Amino acid sequence: MDWKKKALWLDFELPLVELEERIQTLQDSADVRGMDVQEEVARLRAKAEKLGREIFEKLEPWQRVQLARHPRRPTTVDLIGYIFTDFQELHGDRMFRDDPAIVGGMATLGERKIMLIGHQKGRDTKSNIKRNFGMAHPEGYRKALRLMEMAARFERPVVTFIDTPGAYPGLGAEERGQAEAIARNLREMAALPVPIVVVVTGEGGSGGALALGVGDRIYMLENSIYSVISPEGCAAILWRDGAKSKEAAKAMKLTSADARRLGVIDGVIKEPIGGAHRDHEGMAASIQGQIQDALAELEQLPVNDLLDRRLQKFLDMGDFEDAGRS
Amino acid sequence: MSWLTQAAKGIKALTSQKKDIPDNLWRKCPNCSEVLYHRELDRNLWVCGSCGHHLPFTTEQFIALLIDEGTWEETHTGITSVDALDFKDSKRYKDRIKASRQKTGKEDAVICGRGAIGRVPVSMSIMDFSFMGGSMGSVVGEKISRALLDSLRYREAAVILSRSGGARMQESLLSLMQMAKTSSVLARLRSEGIPFISILTHPTTGGVTASYSMLGDINVAEPGALIGFAGPRVIKQTIGGDLPEGFQSSEFLLEKGQVDIIAERRELKATLERALNWFVEGRDVSIRRPPRG
Ligand SMILES: [Zn+2]
Repeated sequence: MDWKKKALWLDFELPLVELEERIQTLQDSADVRGMDVQEEVARLRAKAEKLGREIFEKLEPWQRVQLARHPRRPTTVDLIGYIFTDFQELHGDRMFRDDPAIVGGMATLGERKIMLIGHQKGRDTKSNIKRNFGMAHPEGYRKALRLMEMAARFERPVVTFIDTPGAYPGLGAEERGQAEAIARNLREMAALPVPIVVVVTGEGGSGGALALGVGDRIYMLENSIYSVISPEGCAAILWRDGAKSKEAAKAMKLTSADARRLGVIDGVIKEPIGGAHRDHEGMAASIQGQIQDALAELEQLPVNDLLDRRLQKFLDMGDFEDAGRS
Repeated sequence: MSWLTQAAKGIKALTSQKKDIPDNLWRKCPNCSEVLYHRELDRNLWVCGSCGHHLPFTTEQFIALLIDEGTWEETHTGITSVDALDFKDSKRYKDRIKASRQKTGKEDAVICGRGAIGRVPVSMSIMDFSFMGGSMGSVVGEKISRALLDSLRYREAAVILSRSGGARMQESLLSLMQMAKTSSVLARLRSEGIPFISILTHPTTGGVTASYSMLGDINVAEPGALIGFAGPRVIKQTIGGDLPEGFQSSEFLLEKGQVDIIAERRELKATLERALNWFVEGRDVSIRRPPRG
């Protein structure tokens, strides 16, 4: 870990980071001077573990929002490196351009050949500008669909990673049919005749997230979020005050536990203590296991059953009172 | 009966409903500021006689305008919102719902039903902007999905008339999922060869545009409607400047290849009849099963 760049840590995790920094320093000095620091290190480690638990077991929704957007959080490309082998990225929608806010390509997962598609954020200003902060244009969604259709033709399952603040709200995006591009993905993913496993890895922001989100199994990383609009956007509209985003985050029920309770997702993938960004490899291993389990189950289903269950899964989403049925 | 006489009949039925409008009721055209008397607006289907601006039409007016007289049967009533998130901003969501119900007399932001348009049977959903900005929550998603499933069951065309600010924020993730839910049913209509006509009226934005509204086999827009994914204010903020003249208007969408037809309100029924007639077989106006591959 790069301890120096304090700006890349969140306020509430700083005490833990500082404690870990102390442990590291102690160990480094022991290496140099040959001192025995084992006892002290063990004491501090135990303290750090306790502190980590204290901080991370009772996170406020807004803190989860911050973790989901953490500058050190593993991105799609980071995760691909740990989870898949033989990844070959494929570019472009064949109509307008390649959208770097979405990456996709052929990959191997154990014995399985799959198609991987995910939103891609940058890690610093330069890469974020290239990736447009993970906000896709219509051509991004169209690239995704092109790859999914190819996967279907060759009977390869599709895995998607969701991590976007939302679809890009700009002139060109509207001109080229942002709404239609998202809508078409929803419809075509509903009918895609191969298993689809969706993992919300970071920010699941609105229609731009959902455009990769129709599948047979939907999982969220523990500290990821999923909502109809960003907390800031919600605050601006409903509270008429963008600064009320903490309150909005709470009201919107956007955490993985909420999504599970609302019946939208199939499971929560636990994060390492301190969040996914503390241990990319460990996080990736959990995701990998979950995808493999899901695919092993889904592969057993005949295509018609798969598609009927997928339709039923989404038909069941929503909460209302029905006078005719009660 | 030709579509012309049908349309004329529909319009007559519509205008004869409101004989009791006082002469002195008027409003200004929001586009050209011309003073428009309600009596004259009613005759003109709430289109400004001076500039052609389409003013809001009620759900009942659309039913009277579009559906063959005596064929409308409302379906899927009694489905109401439950506030699964226990959502509260400056007001409780429960209270907003209650207030909207009282104000509009509607259960939620969509009315569904079955009827005929130019003798062709349809399952139709009409969104209502006056109910919480026509926003789509669980109830709207459920009712529209059921209406689409009716199209599958009875093998009749689906028609949805949209006007909506988008997803209902007070239902957050559940409202987002209604986009996937309705689009999933549309995938079935598509594979079963059931036609879907989407009518986009002012305004249609957000999650509604980014799901069923843009997925018509035919997308028909009323003139001058605002249609888009992101709202104009958000785009202005993003680009830090003004939007080009006519950006996100029906005419803009036609030019950019997103809608097939712009139909004035007076022509809307005739346009739908022409289109629907193309999908059906002969006199029994049935929709043929798709050839199986
Ligand atoms: Zn006017």
